[in-house]
Amino acid sequence: MTTKDKYKKVAYYPGCALEGTGHSYNRSTKAVGKALGLDLVEVKNWNCCGAMEVKNIDPKLQTYLSSRVMSVAVNEMDMDVVMAPCNGCYHNLKKAEYDLKHDPESVEVVAKLSKKAGHKSYESGQVETIHALDWIKDSIGEEGLAERVKNSLSGIKVANYYGCMYTRPRHIFPEKDAGPGSESTSKPHFMDDLLAAAGAENVEFPLKTACCGGAHTLSDSDTSTKLVLNILKAAKLAGADVIATECPTCHSGLEMHQIRAEKVLGETVDIKILYFTQLLGMALGLKPRKVGVHENVSDPMKFLKQKGLA
Amino acid sequence: MRPLADIELAIAAVDAQTDPLQAAEELLRFSEEVLEHWVTARGDEPTHDEREGFRLLALHRQGARGDPSFNACRETCREIAWHYNLVTMEPEHTQTANRAEMLRMVSNHLYLFVSGKLQVAGLGEFCCSAKPIRSADNFDSGTTKEA
Repeated sequence: MTTKDKYKKVAYYPGCALEGTGHSYNRSTKAVGKALGLDLVEVKNWNCCGAMEVKNIDPKLQTYLSSRVMSVAVNEMDMDVVMAPCNGCYHNLKKAEYDLKHDPESVEVVAKLSKKAGHKSYESGQVETIHALDWIKDSIGEEGLAERVKNSLSGIKVANYYGCMYTRPRHIFPEKDAGPGSESTSKPHFMDDLLAAAGAENVEFPLKTACCGGAHTLSDSDTSTKLVLNILKAAKLAGADVIATECPTCHSGLEMHQIRAEKVLGETVDIKILYFTQLLGMALGLKPRKVGVHENVSDPMKFLKQKGLA
Repeated sequence: MRPLADIELAIAAVDAQTDPLQAAEELLRFSEEVLEHWVTARGDEPTHDEREGFRLLALHRQGARGDPSFNACRETCREIAWHYNLVTMEPEHTQTANRAEMLRMVSNHLYLFVSGKLQVAGLGEFCCSAKPIRSADNFDSGTTKEA
C-alpha cells in the first residue's frame, strides 16, 4: 500500500488542546478531511499525551501516556497510522516511539504500567505517528489540492509559523531531512507548500520555528508577550497579512498575546492569525463558520470578506 | 560584559534605516553578547572560535553542548548570520534597510529567548520548562514512585 493510500484513513488523536482553546483547529481539521475525502477515526478513550507538565516531572510516565494512545490505536482499533495535529502531542508520541526503540528502561516502565492499566503494551514500530501537515501533503499532495481549490487564496500573503516542537529535537523525527520531498527540520516547508497550492503567496519569514514562549505564558507572561510581539512584527515586516499556524499552543499564544501586547505594551500589530486548516478549508469552498473562524479569539471576518473568502 | 538588560535597550536603539551596514555589525555583536551571557552562566569561558565564519554560531554550539534544548534558538542564530550576510554582501539592494530591520527583530528574539531561558536555566527537558518554579514551591506530584 502506498503512503498516499495509507493516509486516507488514519486514527485521529486530537489531544486536550483541541477540545479547549484549540477547538477551531479540531473543527477545521475534520472539515478539511471531509472535504478532501479523507477518513479520520478518533482514537477511542484517548488520554493526555503527558504534555510538558508530566514530562518535566517524570519523562517515563509521559512515555507511557503517549504509548497508551498508540496502543489503543493499534491493538483496539487495528490502525497503524496515528495523526496528531497538535505539535505537543505529535512531538510526545514521536518521543515515546524513540524512547521505546532505544531505551530498555522505558520499555520496562511502559510494560509495567500497561499491565497495571489492563491493556496491551505498545511496542515500538507498531504505528506511524504523523502530523496533520504530513497527512494532507502525503495523501492529497499539492497537485491534488490545487485541483480541488474553489476559492483561491491568491492575494493573501502568509507567514507560516511552525513553532518550536514540530521539528525538534531532530533525532525523534527520522523521516525528516531525508532528501527530496521530505520535511526539513531547519526550514520546514510543508505548510508553505500546501498553502501555495491553494493560491497563497508565502513570505520569507525568519522566525518560522522560533519560540513563542507558549509554555511559560503563565509563569512569565511578559516575556511571552514580547516574544509573540516580535513574531507578529517580524511577520508584518515580511509583508504578511496572515500568520498561518499548525499548533494550538502557538496559535492561542499568538492570539492572546497579540491582545495583551496592545493592553500592556500599547503596541498594536494588525495581522490575522489563522490555522492552516482554516485557510485550506476556505480555499476548498467551506464557509468560515464551518472551519471555526468564529471560535478564534480575534475576528478576521472583515479581512476574509475583503479577500473573497467569506 | 554589560548587563543583559542593557543589551535589550541597545538592540532597540539600533537605527537600521539610516546605516544598515553599521546596524548589521552592531546587531551581530549584540547577539554574540547575548550568547556570551548564556555560556558564562553555565560556567564556561565563551569561545572565540568561529563556525562557518561566525563566532555567533560557535557560541551557539558551545551553549547547546550538554543542553540540547538550547537548539531551539539554533535557527534564530542562523537567521541572524543569514540576514547579516544579506545586508553586508548586498549593501546596494533596495531591501537592505528592511533586511537590517528584520535582523534587529531576529536578534531581539534571540535576546528574549535566552533571557527567558536564563531564568529557568537547564532544568527542563525542553525549552520552556517551568520546573524550577514548581521546584521552588516544593511541588510534588506523588504519582511517579510506582513507575
